[in-house]
Amino acid sequence: MTRNVLILGATSAIARGVAMAFASLGDNLYLASRDLDELQRIASDLRVRYDISVHTGLFDANKPETHTAFFQQVVGTMGNLDGIALAFGLMGDQISAREFDVAEKIIMSNYTGAVSILGLSANYLEARKAGFIIGITSVAGDRGRQSNYVYGSAKGALSLYLQGLRNRLYPVNVRVLTIKPGFVDTAMTFGLPGMFLVASPATIGKKIVESLNKSADVIYLPFFWRYIMLIIKHIPEFIFKRLKL
Amino acid sequence: MPTLTKSISGWGRYPAHTCELSRPERYADLKADQPSIIARGQGRSYGDASLNEHGHVLLTERINRMLELDIKQGIIKAEAGVTLAEILSVCVKHGWFLPVTPGTRFASLGGCVAADVHGKNHHHDGSFGKHVLGMEMLLADGRRIQCSASENSELFWATVGGMGLTGIIGTVTLKLIPIATSQIQVQHRAAGNLQALFELLNDPDLDDHYSVAWIDCMAKGHKLGRGVAMFGHHASVDEYRAALPLTHHVKSVRNLPFDFPGWLLNPLSINLFNQAYFWNEGRKTDAFLTSYESYFYPLDAIGQWNRMYGKRGFLQYQCVLPETQALSGMTRLLQAISASRNASFLAVLKRLGESSLGMLSFPMPGFTLALDLPLHDQQALFTLLDRLDQITLEHGGRVYLAKDAHLSAENFRLMYPRYADWLKIKQQFDPANVFNSSLARRLHIGEQP
Ligand SMILES: Cc1cc2nc3c(=O)[nH]c(=O)nc-3n(C[C@H](O)[C@H](O)[C@H](O)COP(=O)(O)OP(=O)(O)OC[C@H]3O[C@@H](n4cnc5c(N)ncnc54)[C@H](O)[C@@H]3O)c2cc1C
Ligand SMILES: NC(=O)c1ccc[n+]([C@@H]2O[C@H](COP(=O)([O-])OP(=O)(O)OC[C@H]3O[C@@H](n4cnc5c(N)ncnc54)[C@H](OP(=O)(O)O)[C@@H]3O)[C@@H](O)[C@H]2O)c1
Repeated sequence: MTRNVLILGATSAIARGVAMAFASLGDNLYLASRDLDELQRIASDLRVRYDISVHTGLFDANKPETHTAFFQQVVGTMGNLDGIALAFGLMGDQISAREFDVAEKIIMSNYTGAVSILGLSANYLEARKAGFIIGITSVAGDRGRQSNYVYGSAKGALSLYLQGLRNRLYPVNVRVLTIKPGFVDTAMTFGLPGMFLVASPATIGKKIVESLNKSADVIYLPFFWRYIMLIIKHIPEFIFKRLKL
Repeated sequence: MPTLTKSISGWGRYPAHTCELSRPERYADLKADQPSIIARGQGRSYGDASLNEHGHVLLTERINRMLELDIKQGIIKAEAGVTLAEILSVCVKHGWFLPVTPGTRFASLGGCVAADVHGKNHHHDGSFGKHVLGMEMLLADGRRIQCSASENSELFWATVGGMGLTGIIGTVTLKLIPIATSQIQVQHRAAGNLQALFELLNDPDLDDHYSVAWIDCMAKGHKLGRGVAMFGHHASVDEYRAALPLTHHVKSVRNLPFDFPGWLLNPLSINLFNQAYFWNEGRKTDAFLTSYESYFYPLDAIGQWNRMYGKRGFLQYQCVLPETQALSGMTRLLQAISASRNASFLAVLKRLGESSLGMLSFPMPGFTLALDLPLHDQQALFTLLDRLDQITLEHGGRVYLAKDAHLSAENFRLMYPRYADWLKIKQQFDPANVFNSSLARRLHIGEQP
């Protein structure tokens, strides 16, 4: 059965991997972010490769006042929606994030904006009693580290929010998946020091879409990050606070 | 945009240069905002064409969207970073094929234009640039400009074969050719020496859409240049009556997991391989069908086969000699190679047709020889290469820049007489010589006439 899927932050490399994976199954897509020109190129590519229907539209996570109209427009264009995949996010620079206005933008772009648009999505799917929400958070949200705790705290908050949403939507048959990627080879990580075991965004995208057919709710990608984070989470705080992470 | 400083090399793994890399993900970020920059597609050129020592290298691999496919006319428009493999994955099923293809499908579209690559059909259809209907370029001054054989044609023909030195190729519109099946009908003929091999390739009764010959570089004396000529064309439906004529087969690629030790490829093992290959392939005189992948891209089946030559890497020598000089010149080249201790594993002979309008394009009517030379003893190899360049020059030929890592600036000028014309266009569109590469500096391209 063909699904209609909205992808938020669709210009991200991981999102493109997700879009490719949905498209290869014949699903129809609505791609949204702040860069319409780029979205249209990605959309053309998906049409050429997979012969599916793809729409594009402007979406800014940091303008929650526009989200209701945006969501209505997506539903209007697609007819109905079966799923929402949220990929937008902003790593930002931890040093400049010591200033509140920078930190606030990171929090908005990873968390507040997500709460706004996922709230609308949840209400919509709850009424339809079917569908799915995929939220891409990060392993960075599992434990606060000096190198990226503003980003990490926003991702951690998003993970908790998704957990609550899953609990709320379980009775109405709406799946909520929490995706926690480790290091993925994208614009966000290119050239950053300290990267290891970097995964390709195409592979991650495929795994994300495949997760819909599996039972797990919280998915680390690639899988071994579950164990890495298990160890990291269990380092006692009195040791952890001394580490340079 | 974030950058990464790293040592990189071309397909031959020689030379390796430290370059500053960036990798735009958005088309708007594909621009020349550095004082010294070169584009790099899939790094399938062998030498230093896609390197820029201590300068900037712009990776195009993520700028790989296919924008339009007209399945009625057979026209595709795509961003330059897309690979030929990706194009094939969408067009073969609609009955279209690349008009020209190099021996690897993992080259990028931009790389194929920049090197004006040739295929096994060059003697009929010319090189890649001839089939490009138009492209969008990103210039040194930040302009985006359309060019084709009729619009900004000087820039177009300076860029086709221009090795990335005129600007960044952003998108390319390419005319495809129709096919009825995804299979190739092939026929082999063995020849006991070089002259016999030339006769096979020149025989109009045997000639086909595609032709190529493999040469046993180890054979000496009266067997010098013995080899197998391989002719082929896209099979018609009649020739291929099986169930699914337009399936697109992709065999999974298996990577060579480690560098072979340098001694593994020695004259004895290569000789054994060549003997076996000659007898096996030479016997296939009856026409047979094979997939387009195994016909055009036999080496692609082994990912990273370049690791076969060990850590030190290898060089590829490819030259073309004009028709009348080809037999005598190739004989001397093969003699020089078999006399040296640099055993070659792969040697390929192709017929080339009309020259391209590309000012720095490689092909000219005649024959081209390409062979791998492992880098065991650098000094001995460079002496041999100097010798080969000399023979090539004496016979009015030239060396292919996409394969080269050794040619001198002086010999380059002798081999590429249209360089002076090219330089005028280069200076017009890139007066500050922003587009620069290790190859360009080695050959003093862009600086002086
Ligand atoms: C196994 C094998 C077989 C081959 N067979 C053939 C053959 O049969 N015939 C043939 O002609 N060649 C052949 N080649 C060579 C290969 O086709 C060319 O070197 C081609 O240029 C490789 O494309 P690439 O994307 O890897 O380019 P790269 O190696 O990354 O770059 C090659 C050149 O193209 C330029 N370039 C790349 N992208 C752009 C862009 N977007 N804008 C501007 N400049 C750009 C670079 O600056 C560089 O000068 C073969 C190579 C291999 C490995
Ligand atoms: N790369 C990794 O290693 C990694 C690891 C763990 C988690 N993640 C997460 O995975 C997701 C995708 O990451 P990526 O690496 O592919 O990142 P990316 O290339 O930096 O992409 C981030 C995307 O978010 C969009 N975005 C940012 N702010 C936005 C806003 N205000 N409104 C709408 N869209 C906005 C951007 O789109 P526009 O600019 O077009 O609007 C951009 O496409 C992110 O949530 C990231 O946090 C990544």
